[in-house]
Amino acid sequence: MNKGSQEDIQSAVGRTIERVARESYGRLVAYLSVHTHDLASAEDALSEALVSALKAWPRDGLPQNPEAWLLTAARHSLIDVIRHQRVVLASEPTLALLKENSPEANLSTEFPDERLKLLFVCAHPAIDPAMHTPLMLQTVLGLDAGRIAHAFLVPPKTMGQRLFRAKTKIRDGGIQFEIPQERDLAERLDAVLEAIYAAFGISWDDMFGIDPRGRDLAEEAIWLARVLLQLMPSEAEVQGLLALMLHSEARRSARRALDGRYVPLSEQDPKQWSLPLIEEAERHLADAFKRGRSGRFQLEAAIQSVHSERAHTDRTDWAAIALFYEQQVRISPALGTRVGYAAAVAEAEGPEAGLAVLDPIAPDAGSHYQPYWAVRAHLLQRLGKKREAADAYDRAIGLAKDPAVREFLLQKRG
Amino acid sequence: MQFALMIHHTPEEFAMRKNDYSDSHLGAWRAYYKALVEAGVYVGANALEAPETGTTVRLKEGKRRVQDGPYAETKEQLAGFIILELPSIDAALEWAARCPGASIGAVEVRPLAPEAMRRGFTG
Repeated sequence: MNKGSQEDIQSAVGRTIERVARESYGRLVAYLSVHTHDLASAEDALSEALVSALKAWPRDGLPQNPEAWLLTAARHSLIDVIRHQRVVLASEPTLALLKENSPEANLSTEFPDERLKLLFVCAHPAIDPAMHTPLMLQTVLGLDAGRIAHAFLVPPKTMGQRLFRAKTKIRDGGIQFEIPQERDLAERLDAVLEAIYAAFGISWDDMFGIDPRGRDLAEEAIWLARVLLQLMPSEAEVQGLLALMLHSEARRSARRALDGRYVPLSEQDPKQWSLPLIEEAERHLADAFKRGRSGRFQLEAAIQSVHSERAHTDRTDWAAIALFYEQQVRISPALGTRVGYAAAVAEAEGPEAGLAVLDPIAPDAGSHYQPYWAVRAHLLQRLGKKREAADAYDRAIGLAKDPAVREFLLQKRG
Repeated sequence: MQFALMIHHTPEEFAMRKNDYSDSHLGAWRAYYKALVEAGVYVGANALEAPETGTTVRLKEGKRRVQDGPYAETKEQLAGFIILELPSIDAALEWAARCPGASIGAVEVRPLAPEAMRRGFTG
């Protein structure tokens, strides 16, 4: 065999492993840990299996079912670990795992998809909410702690320790791998959706034009939402979340001018938006609405959907946006929602009406929130109150984290 | 599996416990214990004296060091514990939320170590 074809095989194997790892990582980890509750061991076993695959596949050729091959290899390595542990600590589930692996119990190529249980475990109320997203990124998608740490702006060692602690609690803390009961389902699902949306939010916040990795995390969040939708096809809020993220993703490249300058939504060129993504988002949102169970993510997606209509109509229906915001404020009066509502009302009915929505927000609640001051400044400026507007712009500029946004506000301030 | 609900009180609560526990307050605890027993999850429980009655002992270089007071100087101190037999942390959190101690202080929920490990300690 000449060197060239050897390299071809190597890269083909590499690509296959990459694909299988991406598509099957979460399924394999979930399946390997659903009885033992031991995520760390399942992940270690799977990494070892991936390493063996890199050696064996170029030599023996690609297996017919790469996923089943990896599962068998991971299971062997998991059992080795269990055999080395002191027998006294071996629990029922681990003993069952040993038994299942008897030669007669031949592994079928079909194995149940336990990822939904895993997602609910990652966002369990007994786990620190700050760890819900990192746990999902690692156990379901296989992201390494270093990359997760980078996205969350903490040292890799710290993130590694926090993940380890969370997994120890999952293993020893009595957290069951199960779908929550009907009466808890809405609340528990909300935690899962929040965690997925948080991953998406991180990538937006990091889009300072300096971090190319931000983009990947948005893709990972969308991937997670797709997995969740596949597992819970009739949950309206799951579809709402996916629609929301697709709408935002459709505008990603329009948010920056070529020189890196921040372009606010109202000044974006709709020709730069991705129409296929918008269309997909619209399909999901329409499906979600058909189920007749409104919710936070559907309303947020609806607002984004109205914005996206500008691509066809050349105008923005602010009254419709204000209406969706109003419903959202009723569900959860979060600061960001109230500020968004004020901005929409101002566009629909004029700056005084917008300020009337902003004014009741307690000053200390808004004092560290940049959008609150930016909207306030904009409305005061429109009313011709120059000095008050400049003061509000200063507050917004002082709170801005993104250099491009800061520059934008400085120019507006004049 | 078994869980410990560890009930932590504020100094005010400990003070109140000595002097003026109202009937309604004690009634809430009694009703809670009754509910635990009737649900068949109760394994055991006990209440502790106030933290200032505690004495902490360490053996360092063969010498006994005795210190007046509880092990950790925190505002809220361990006041008692309940052991329950439950299927999952979810059930344990639910019982902890019903505990009268949760509304006047804090209740820490922790699984007991697996039985095999406990047997290792006790022989």
